[in-house]
Amino acid sequence: MTPSLAALDIATVEVFAQARSGWSGFFTLATLVVTVASAIRLAAAYLIAAVGESVGQRSGVLNLGVDGVMLLGAFGAYYTMLQTGQPWYGLLVGLGVGSVMGLVYAFITVTLHAEQGISGIGIYLFGLGFSDLLFRQLVGTPLPIRGFDGLFDSTVPEGRLDIEYPDLYNHSLVIYLAFLLVPAVTLLVNRTTFGLNIRAVGDTPQAADSLGVSVARTRYGAILIGNTLAGAAGAVLALETTGIFIQNMTNGMGFIAVALVYFGAWRPLGVLAGSLLFSLVTSAVLQWQTLGILSGAAAQLTAMAPAAVTIIALVVVTHRIGAPSALTRPFRRGAEH
Amino acid sequence: MIGTVTVDARISDWVVQRVVRRVMGPLVPLTATVAALLVGAAMVWGFGGDPVEGYRAMFTGAFGGISEFADTTVKATPLLLVGVGICIAFRASVINIGGEGQIIAGALLSTVVVLALPDLHRGALLPLALIAGAVGGACMGFIPGVLKAYANVNEILSTIMLNIVAGYMMQYLLLGPMIDKEAVEAGNHIAQTKRLSPNSDLPILLGDTQMNLGIVIGAVVAIGAFFLLWRTSLGYEIRAVGGSKDASRYAGMKVERRIVQALTLSGMMSGLGGAVLVFSSVAHRLSVESGPAGFTQLAGFNGIVAALFGGLHPLWTIPAAILFGGLLVGANALQRAVQVATPLVVALSGLVVVFVVSSDRAVRWARHLGERFDIGASPEHDRTGSAASGGADAPTTPSGEGAEP
Repeated sequence: MTPSLAALDIATVEVFAQARSGWSGFFTLATLVVTVASAIRLAAAYLIAAVGESVGQRSGVLNLGVDGVMLLGAFGAYYTMLQTGQPWYGLLVGLGVGSVMGLVYAFITVTLHAEQGISGIGIYLFGLGFSDLLFRQLVGTPLPIRGFDGLFDSTVPEGRLDIEYPDLYNHSLVIYLAFLLVPAVTLLVNRTTFGLNIRAVGDTPQAADSLGVSVARTRYGAILIGNTLAGAAGAVLALETTGIFIQNMTNGMGFIAVALVYFGAWRPLGVLAGSLLFSLVTSAVLQWQTLGILSGAAAQLTAMAPAAVTIIALVVVTHRIGAPSALTRPFRRGAEH
Repeated sequence: MIGTVTVDARISDWVVQRVVRRVMGPLVPLTATVAALLVGAAMVWGFGGDPVEGYRAMFTGAFGGISEFADTTVKATPLLLVGVGICIAFRASVINIGGEGQIIAGALLSTVVVLALPDLHRGALLPLALIAGAVGGACMGFIPGVLKAYANVNEILSTIMLNIVAGYMMQYLLLGPMIDKEAVEAGNHIAQTKRLSPNSDLPILLGDTQMNLGIVIGAVVAIGAFFLLWRTSLGYEIRAVGGSKDASRYAGMKVERRIVQALTLSGMMSGLGGAVLVFSSVAHRLSVESGPAGFTQLAGFNGIVAALFGGLHPLWTIPAAILFGGLLVGANALQRAVQVATPLVVALSGLVVVFVVSSDRAVRWARHLGERFDIGASPEHDRTGSAASGGADAPTTPSGEGAEP
């Protein structure tokens, strides 16, 4: 699902979109660049949440509460930004909110063995309601905020708009960090002892346990990473992608992030591909609507495509690769797996 | 002499066992809700309101009079229908998160029928439309059912994706083919149908209130689901598959077919809920102006809350849905009384889910206690008990099974 169209950063789109309409307007370098640039900003939010979720799932824990945690992280970051004017503080608060929710979720699912699908829905509803409640009690009317500065000088010399496309690379540091998560998490999962433990408790917790790996502690760690990143994804969505907080602003992005993990077959690189696909479609549909290529109705139909493709991908991925074998299964020592 | 002692012991054991089963089962969701309400009280207090005053206003706003109670039943109806469907699915260990999409599918198909046959007699149109709603929802449940049973696709993921697909489909249809064309000509480009034929309105049951036939339909469906689950062989097999797939297959049951049937039935109930939402709406039209979630009022998720609160038992889901409908209605009164915004209730229902689900250990402890006094345990009780504690075959067995009849 796209974030609410009103919330998306349309400003940059409009700059170029006014010039020409129709397909000829879309296939100009300027418009394409803007489309890709806004897709990159959107992909960052998906990517952070989905890469985090992939770590949790590799350890055998499904977290459906990502959307709720994102909303809480988004509000935390937004409110901090309103109060302090420091986007980095906002991001820190988003990370903090996420890790608190991670501890809660780990306690519920690992210590109390709760059913993961259902408790995730509980976390989602809590995040949805509580972020909205806090917003209405503490803020009330949505005020736009200014997010991170671009890494580079974004002033373009007069008249050179057609050859210099700073939008494509001039993102803030957090966007770059988001994409750096892909190699970082790949290394973490494949090349470290902790990562080995994560994969072990996700596939054969009994074997891991008998070799002295603490299943509970490893899953706590993995869940903590996943939820902290979910909170960060919310913060990036509020601070960088949209610059605002509104009720239910994720509009299901967290659920898509969960699906992207399946889509990407639990590999960060696959998750990256899925995130880019989803956000490119989203941002292109938005652009096509602005240019009058798609009517409002047809745009809805097009926006449906990624979700439909994901269902097909689920069939293929489950057939070819298969989930971590202990996914959604609580671990009890002594119980036959 | 010895004989009477054993009989006395048997009777007292039997009484204890009944009490433990009957009381401890419902106690878990009740405790969870009380705990959630306590957290809610802390939130109200934290925002500078008086929790006692707030909850009193909430209760009066939901149950304080005929018209308040009527509103509560209106809000409760979709929760009840979705919740009953959730009971069936969860009993089969199928986690149906697709209530939202199934509601939408039911609403769309029933609206199409009414738009196509507006002049049909009321006695024919309304039943036909409601059946169309059930069929629409059933289709939306059938797809993830087949994907799970025959392609091993996780139903949680597929139902969530179908929610998204259904949401966009609804926005497409209501902005496109099904839009109110007269309003468009008048310059109003709102994503909604025209006012539907009055022959499709759900009859109002109580004079000046909003209470309509929907709640009766919901109750009838709940009773029907109870009979299905505990008085038919299909229901028995659905529950058996939920307990242990391997054991059921070994006993000769068609596991795949039961999974598809459970999800289809579950979707059917939600679809019916979607149809009821349309035909009992104040504007008597299908509108997605405030987004898909604005139309469903999140009943696809809140129905899960109601079902869990009802111990995944269709009959207990009736009071559970009315209670949660009351929470939704009372939230407005709470907001007026103590200036704490209505989303508080959404957060609280999330907490109820978390508390109920994580009280699994408490449930098992209660069951353990029950078994200790259990001298004439039915084989069925033994089966579900061991399946749930075994865990391996039923990784997705939801908790809250205490309310077994």
